[in-house]
Amino acid sequence: MSDLFAVVMLSGIYSLISASLFLDLDAVDVAFTEASVGAGISTLLMLASLKLVSRYQKKTRYKPILAFFVVVTTGAMLIYGTLDMPHFGTADAPVHTHVAPRYLNESMGEIGVPNVVTSVLASYRGYDTLGETLVIFTAGIGVMALLMVSKQTKQESKKLIPADMQQQIILRIVAKMMIPLILMFALYVQFHGDYGPGGGFQAGVIFAAGIILYTMLFGLSTSQEVFKATTIELFTAAGVLLYGGVGVVCMLLGGNFLDYDFLKHDPVHGQHLGILLVELGVGITVASVMMIIFFKFTWRTVKHKYKK
Amino acid sequence: MTTHLPILQVIIPLLAAPFCIFLRIPRLVGIFAILVSAAAFLVSCGLLQQVITAGTISYKLGGWPAPWGIEYRIDILNVYLLLLVSAMSTIVLVAAQTSIKKELPEDRHVFFYTSFLLCLTGLLGILATADAFNVFVFLEISALSTYTMIALGTDRRALTASYQYLIMGTIGATFIIIGVGLMYMMTGTLNMYDLAERLPEVNTSRTVLSAFGFFIVGVCLKLALFPLHLWLPNAYAFAPSIATAFLAATATKVAVYLLIRLVFSIFGIEFVVTVLPMQEIFMVLGLAGIFAASVSAIYQLNIKRLFAYSSVAQIGYMILGLAIGTKLGLVATLVHMFNHALMKAAVFLAIGGAVYRIHSAQLIHFAGLGRKMPLTMAAIVIGGLSLIGVPLTVGFVSKWYLVLALLENGWWPVAILVLMSSLLAVMYVWRTVEWIYFTPPRINIDDVTEAPLSQLIPIWILVLANIYFGLNTSLTVGLSKMAAESLYGIFGGVL
Repeated sequence: MSDLFAVVMLSGIYSLISASLFLDLDAVDVAFTEASVGAGISTLLMLASLKLVSRYQKKTRYKPILAFFVVVTTGAMLIYGTLDMPHFGTADAPVHTHVAPRYLNESMGEIGVPNVVTSVLASYRGYDTLGETLVIFTAGIGVMALLMVSKQTKQESKKLIPADMQQQIILRIVAKMMIPLILMFALYVQFHGDYGPGGGFQAGVIFAAGIILYTMLFGLSTSQEVFKATTIELFTAAGVLLYGGVGVVCMLLGGNFLDYDFLKHDPVHGQHLGILLVELGVGITVASVMMIIFFKFTWRTVKHKYKK
Repeated sequence: MTTHLPILQVIIPLLAAPFCIFLRIPRLVGIFAILVSAAAFLVSCGLLQQVITAGTISYKLGGWPAPWGIEYRIDILNVYLLLLVSAMSTIVLVAAQTSIKKELPEDRHVFFYTSFLLCLTGLLGILATADAFNVFVFLEISALSTYTMIALGTDRRALTASYQYLIMGTIGATFIIIGVGLMYMMTGTLNMYDLAERLPEVNTSRTVLSAFGFFIVGVCLKLALFPLHLWLPNAYAFAPSIATAFLAATATKVAVYLLIRLVFSIFGIEFVVTVLPMQEIFMVLGLAGIFAASVSAIYQLNIKRLFAYSSVAQIGYMILGLAIGTKLGLVATLVHMFNHALMKAAVFLAIGGAVYRIHSAQLIHFAGLGRKMPLTMAAIVIGGLSLIGVPLTVGFVSKWYLVLALLENGWWPVAILVLMSSLLAVMYVWRTVEWIYFTPPRINIDDVTEAPLSQLIPIWILVLANIYFGLNTSLTVGLSKMAAESLYGIFGGVL
């Protein structure tokens, strides 16, 4: 398929369907993440980059026979591998009998958070989540380093740049009503992750989506009045530092790195506080990285459009 | 604080990287990066001492015991590589201060150092952890930051090189995560040592077999084993000189480490050699890599590309050592990992020094530089001699152990092939020497002088290390032997 717009749309649909599949498998948190990250923001970012390049792929003469062969082999290997795997839903499958029972039975007493996924993600395997946050930060650094905005373009932006969709009155009015709700929902997801599905990743993405919607309708220069690129750059780093900082404080208080038990006199309270703080760190980094990526892409469009 | 050394090893650069964004002033960030890297080096020295006196260290992250939480486990093998990676990054960062100033516009310096520290974090994280999923997370950190560093190269082709690596690297990482996922499905655990205990019960199943297959292919993509090496030459050729030196010295070694961990600590050498003909596969691919890449190296016009191909060939030697499947073979691989890092860091930093003066990495532009920058060029020559394996250099030590291991196992035809392959190394090194010393200059190099001191000192530290570790092998061979003993110890030395 050479129409890249269709490709992007199809990949969005693919994500949405897999999100429904995850929901069907009772993995609500995963479904939520897939829907907000896979179907939501990544489709948006791909569309933003599509705006920079042309919609249609150039014709290539290359016939990817080898690639096709590799893909078929990999697929065959995967099917071969799944033939022996434990049947879906078997109670005595290794995944259900080895590590999981402790997570399910003890986490309420050890951590005191009703959502087990959050316990595993932010405490039992909290260090992985720190790593994931750092991955997001690294991606942000990559975009910031490669898509530098020149001083000239910055000067250009001082003049008011109208958004492409400035004229869409219905969209503007609906968006004005929606944006506060989106931001509120983001905060709900952020701080309610202990009790229901949600957490920093989803919340950050939803928050960023709200701001991006605003930027698309009201223009880059208007949204930059509040969300200055330089400030957001600092926020991308601040989230990681908050997360890591909690870990270091735990160490200073006598525990191991990220052992929230030591944050307060009562281990369960400590766990609560720790999880809240690290989720906040995740949320800050994710939201600001998503925004900065979108802003950088939009800068590029500005540059192409208003260059004399 | 000494009990926290394992985690400090990784979180010092981890937290320093975002902190760079707050520092903002390029100069300050550069010096800060050196200090951070030096701190990481000191930590690994401390760890080395602890491991030697007290044995393997285990550190529970978040205070959770092993299969439930993530564990860091430091043994001789980890600490050997932690030491190597942190030492190399420190030396390279010293040279970076001036080199980066010339090669990158000033507003990108902060981002470069941040990426560098992120890459260091990723590599150290892969080395320190005992958790298979944690490996994947840190692999992504190191990979993403590497793509950024490569894409920052001055030549516009750096972008396509980086993109090519991004695609290949992502496929590699995906394969690794599929492998980890399948292993988790069959055992219900992610901890490497727990996996090692639980895998034998199920290792006849097809799922475990495909898990092994996916993991191996993914790692081999990362370590650029022939014929999965296609991303490497361009990535090394067009990246900023400093990034090339750092990646050539560390990144592929960490991937080789991962392969060794997988084979010896997770699956066990018995499984690996009995279930699949891995020894034969590795031997053939290793030898093919050595010859194909060395021959390609001879025909390169860009000196960075030339030595990048030579890197692919050297990886062939490491894999060949593994293929032998004996303790001595493993020692040869481990020694060569350390020695190759010394050679390539020296060579690529010296090339960086020359690029700093003449703004080109084309071999033709190096003509006549031997007289203009004698010290820098001598470094390339000594590094080259080391690549060939001339006595008194580390390269000789590597080849010696490799040939010894091959002969011990009765693989004398392979030993002969290895010695013959050295002749190919002679050819590509001689070609550079010919251009540097015996060809009149092709461009105006009248006002070219020696590389700045801040680069010459790190270059010569590495060159002297090339000679020192060629004469005194107690550290490299000693640690390698201890690591090999302990790796074979787990499974009682089946071979």
